[in-house]
Amino acid sequence: MRHLISIADLGRDEVEGLLESAARLARTDERLPALRGKLVLSLFFEPSTRTSSSFELAAKRLSADVMSLKASGSSVDKGESLKDTVLTLTQYAPAAIVVRHPHIGAPELVARHSGAAVVNAGDGKRQHPTQALLDLFTIRESLGRLEGLHVAIVGDVLHSRVARSLVQALGLVGARTTLVGPPTLLPRGIEALGCETSTEIGAIADADVVYVLRMQRERMESAFVPSLREYAARWGVTPERLRPGQKVMHPGPINRGVEIDGRVADSPDSLILEQVRAGLAVRMAVLQELLAARPALEVVA
Amino acid sequence: MIAAIEPAPATARVLAPAFVDPHVHLRSPGREDEETIASGTAAAAAGGYCAILAMPNTDPVVDSAAVLGSLVEAARREALVPTGFMAAISKRLGGEELTEMAELADAGAAAFTDDGRPVTSAGLMRRALQYGAITGRPLALHCEEPTLSREGQMHEGAVCAELGFAPYPSVAESAMVERDLSLAAHESRPLHLMHLSARESVDALRAAHARGVRATAEVTPHHLVLTDEAVRSLDPNVKMNPPLRADADRAALVEALRDGTIACVATDHAPHSREEKEGTFEEAPFGVTGLETAFAALHTHLVEPGLLPLETLLERMSAGPARALGLPEPRVEVGARANLVLLDLEAEWRVEESGFRSRSANSWLLGERLRGAVLKTVADGRVVHG
Repeated sequence: MRHLISIADLGRDEVEGLLESAARLARTDERLPALRGKLVLSLFFEPSTRTSSSFELAAKRLSADVMSLKASGSSVDKGESLKDTVLTLTQYAPAAIVVRHPHIGAPELVARHSGAAVVNAGDGKRQHPTQALLDLFTIRESLGRLEGLHVAIVGDVLHSRVARSLVQALGLVGARTTLVGPPTLLPRGIEALGCETSTEIGAIADADVVYVLRMQRERMESAFVPSLREYAARWGVTPERLRPGQKVMHPGPINRGVEIDGRVADSPDSLILEQVRAGLAVRMAVLQELLAARPALEVVA
Repeated sequence: MIAAIEPAPATARVLAPAFVDPHVHLRSPGREDEETIASGTAAAAAGGYCAILAMPNTDPVVDSAAVLGSLVEAARREALVPTGFMAAISKRLGGEELTEMAELADAGAAAFTDDGRPVTSAGLMRRALQYGAITGRPLALHCEEPTLSREGQMHEGAVCAELGFAPYPSVAESAMVERDLSLAAHESRPLHLMHLSARESVDALRAAHARGVRATAEVTPHHLVLTDEAVRSLDPNVKMNPPLRADADRAALVEALRDGTIACVATDHAPHSREEKEGTFEEAPFGVTGLETAFAALHTHLVEPGLLPLETLLERMSAGPARALGLPEPRVEVGARANLVLLDLEAEWRVEESGFRSRSANSWLLGERLRGAVLKTVADGRVVHG
């Protein structure tokens, strides 16, 4: 594995290898020497709390040097292109660049101009592969397997890179996915990814895991849904719509009372906080896989 | 003029009437760093064209006789092949007020279009059809319903669903095509539909023809060859408006070109600077170049695989567009002004960034090998290439 940009680039063996290595890393709180002397550059062109903090801590746990940059307050504010930002920062010879960007394909652009291993931390609405991996990890830790499970992903699939990555990842490990949401928020043609779709919340009934997506206020302005109130009434995940033992997940941050009832979020069947812990282990595994066996990369001339 | 094509025996050379491109962006005035009249017409000559029509979405917009007059004057000095200029339908392409169409026609406007933008208001479109009648010039329409295409980056379908781009559905084009065909029928006026991309638009056009509507249409080489699968590359050089669509759309366009429902090939040659096309797909502007590759691309991808006869392709690149836009038809004829192209059907070449006469190299064919080359072009009696 040279970069981690899309789940579509991975094979089942690679995914399972990463999950195994994450499981080993999750058992220790110690700082490991694997990436000593290597620089991990974190470039976030979109707001993020959990992903950026998780990558930063993962890199530090592996003894890497970490440099984090955000779009605001940087030269990006002055109109610098992504290419020039990358060419500039590449002079510090980062071994890995973790990038989140509002545009699809930004990680490929970073890879083209840097020579570092690139980890996609979210590009536009396309991919967020470490989120999908940490979700697989969380499900497997909780239910003991992935093969043959049924996962229902509920909500704004159209605008969700989390959903796109997760559908592909679940398909890779032999789990089944149903996408559930308002007709306006289920992308036309998404079934080609190998999932089913439904506009009825009842479709979550036989799912082993109900994965809830964040519902954003902006969606009402473009008439995707008439109101958050109606969305919550139709598609909100409430205790009444779940059966005991059905696991509930959410990539965060959650809107209590909109896409997810507070009682569901706080219930023992909620895996939301486990997902955060899994994020650290999985990102350590990804950085280690990409960097541990690599010589420090030369600066791109 | 199919009968006039003369393949010389024992060689793969064909002498044919030279090509006519009804849809070129010369970027002048305003973006001479991307194209000039001189560089754009040199590209046209190299592509086998003896006449082109330039779009008015420049800076300033070609919406007054003053701007048009200065272009006509500049073309007289700079243009290597005869160049006509379209003028805007609405002032500043704003979609609100008609331009002074009669004065523009007198000043030499070849046709009227708001290309790059749709005429969003049905009311203004109707007025343009009515009032435009006095000019005797065609109306050429970019059909896009903006509330359906809004922020759209690529064709709505399985590839888009997977990649996560904002969708630009086929119906954003076909709904506007149907509106404009209805208005044309109601006003008994002709119109020309630019760069069709969707199967539904072709169906609407065919149905309108059956009702007697006088509509012509054009299709670009990229819509005839590529599909939305190409967008998986995330290459900004496959980003265009309208977007590349599904294979069923591509097949419908080829069939419509073959049977004459679509009368002409147009390149929609849209030069963009390197800087504009080297960022991400979403930040890149729409448009690709095409003048220097149109024949070779279509010969390689349609004629050689047997999807379109050579004679049909040559007709749709020459007489077809000339008739649709009211231009003189290039003929191979004793006594006629020579407008000829000499083609080598077996020559193989590689599309390279350094090989273009155009000032821009945003081609969807970079790095590809093509079969078929333009050896010589004669425009209006003058050898302009080869």
